[in-house]
Amino acid sequence: MIAFEQVRVRYGDVAVLDGISERAADAEWVALIGPNGAGKTTLLRAAARLVRHDGIITIGGVPTTRMSRRQLARLVAYVPQRPQLPPAMTVADYVMLGRNPHIGYLRTETAADRRVCSGLLERIGMASYAARALATLSGGEAQRVILARALAQEAPVLLLDEPTSALDLGRRADALELIDTLRRESALTVVSAVHDLTLAGQFADRLVLLDGGRIAAAGTPKEVLRADVLAARFGTGVQVMTTPDGDLAVISRRPGTAGAGGAPPGARPASAWPPGGPPADPGR
Amino acid sequence: MRYGRLAGRPAGQGKARDPAADPAAGAADASTAAADAAAAGAAGPPGADPSAAGASGVTTTAALPRVRPGRALAIAAVALAAALLTGVSVGPAGLSPQMVIEALATRLPWHPALSVPGVDTAIVWQIRLPQVILAALVGAMLAGAGAAYQGVFRNPLADPYLLGVAAGGGLGATLAIVAGTGSGLVQPAAFAGAAVAVALTYMLGSGAGRGGESPGTGGATASIVLAGVAVAAMLTAIQTYLLQQHSQELQQVYSWILGDLSLASWSQVALILPYAAVAAGVLLAHRRLLDVLRVGEEETASLGVDVARLRLTIVLAATLGTAAAVSVSGLIGFVGIIVPHTVRLAAGASYRTVLPVSMLGGAAFLVLANVAAQTVQAPGVVPIGVITAIAGGPFFLFVLRSRRARRELA
Repeated sequence: MIAFEQVRVRYGDVAVLDGISERAADAEWVALIGPNGAGKTTLLRAAARLVRHDGIITIGGVPTTRMSRRQLARLVAYVPQRPQLPPAMTVADYVMLGRNPHIGYLRTETAADRRVCSGLLERIGMASYAARALATLSGGEAQRVILARALAQEAPVLLLDEPTSALDLGRRADALELIDTLRRESALTVVSAVHDLTLAGQFADRLVLLDGGRIAAAGTPKEVLRADVLAARFGTGVQVMTTPDGDLAVISRRPGTAGAGGAPPGARPASAWPPGGPPADPGR
Repeated sequence: MRYGRLAGRPAGQGKARDPAADPAAGAADASTAAADAAAAGAAGPPGADPSAAGASGVTTTAALPRVRPGRALAIAAVALAAALLTGVSVGPAGLSPQMVIEALATRLPWHPALSVPGVDTAIVWQIRLPQVILAALVGAMLAGAGAAYQGVFRNPLADPYLLGVAAGGGLGATLAIVAGTGSGLVQPAAFAGAAVAVALTYMLGSGAGRGGESPGTGGATASIVLAGVAVAAMLTAIQTYLLQQHSQELQQVYSWILGDLSLASWSQVALILPYAAVAAGVLLAHRRLLDVLRVGEEETASLGVDVARLRLTIVLAATLGTAAAVSVSGLIGFVGIIVPHTVRLAAGASYRTVLPVSMLGGAAFLVLANVAAQTVQAPGVVPIGVITAIAGGPFFLFVLRSRRARRELA
């Protein structure tokens, strides 16, 4: 659905993305992983045409540069890492912003637009919040409302930059679960930057490991979440384990203890793992 | 409140609703109020939150509420009508309200047979009415342009003079006065100066500060505002130099700058009406898009808006209206800031409300300020800019100290 072909982005003399070629099929979830500064955010911003890029990014075969902003926004919904939430804006008004690409330039929303938004609020369990100001929402509630705004665009491609970075561990899994459910319902292509490698492996169909603006590895979670692959990018303190229910867990070790643990995959008792995986924060 | 009848409008969802549909509408009011309370007191009592959720639970099955600036708009319209009536009724001639109404009626197409002295009719129709209409137009333009600038530059301190309109208009008027062109050219010169100043600001500002961002994402807002500061400083310096060289015209220039509507005429009204109509029409047509801009330029671009073009359109319209206003009224400060902010605090921050209500409110405010300017020192006239600042300042400080202000301006 969305394809990148030799995509390059330069900020002055610095190449932030250097020849990225990748694609995400219909209804596929591709997670971009990699250390800070790897180019994950820039790749998403290039796909949303918020940053100038060389190379070609196509959606359904059509280069994004040939589309108007409105056409692009009907095909791609982009959620930045820290969306701006006008404190006094109501939840209903905020979700309605997502309908903008479907509303004529100087027109106002129709009953159909309002139905889409109320349906989404109901779907994410926040129908009773319609009149609430954004400033009154908790982090988890705000995250769901932000997702609803993106879904209101009814775009087949969803670009999410660190959709869970503001949430606690339990909420992270909840939020990703919701994204997973919604993308299956509507056959959405999801490309997301995810910092948490364990969660990325649990939810994404495919992982793309970026480093220094290039693709260092790409494939299924099993192919990418390997200690030898990750160590080269994140440092040697990264350890990959298999949880009893078959998920891969990536944890970091304290420098002093590196190598001392050496527990073989799956060696820990099941009770040691809370649902959703261990508290992993891979070497940042 | 921004939403008409939240709960009273199931909008075809077909769910059985409480027969107490009307009280439910009241509950919706209460829910917004509760949400407001919860918002105002993020650090306030924890009880506020559940109560808000509970009250707004009424709306669960309703379709999304529709944005209805109706009530605020109606209040502003009534205020404007009252201000206009006050404006034509008050003046040194001491006409009674009945005489004013009769004088007004004599020019209507199917007026009743009235015997109003010709001089009274002339006072009302040739002196007071053009003054009141001109004040209303200028007030509407300044307040509307202020609201639009605040939206497009996402800066609560933005006012209609942000991009150099005042400095350019002042320099244009000064040039015309100093050159001794006669009063007929002062207004066109002020208009041209204002327009040239903004064009200069925009060209210098939007060319600077372009980084790697893609076209259409905006991205030059700060540099445009800063260019406005530079252009204004430069033009003001030139104006000061001219004044120093021609000190005999100082008084004349100064009285233009301070603003004076006491010599308003129908020809002035006719002069600015087309600009005002175009500016108001364009700004009002973009009120929904100004709401989209509230999430920032980059997200607005990702929502399918060409931000640079939107910004240019709004700046052009606001400049047109402001330049026209400045050319006939001089520099009337403060209206463009206090009116939109007062509307925001009273009726919510959505531009669908803020823009039209600010225009009506600004018109009413300036008509009343003009009445005060004509009366407080009668038969002398106090500059209207002095009145707007003296009356508006304390009122605005009072509004700012409200609890809601802390949230809205956060």
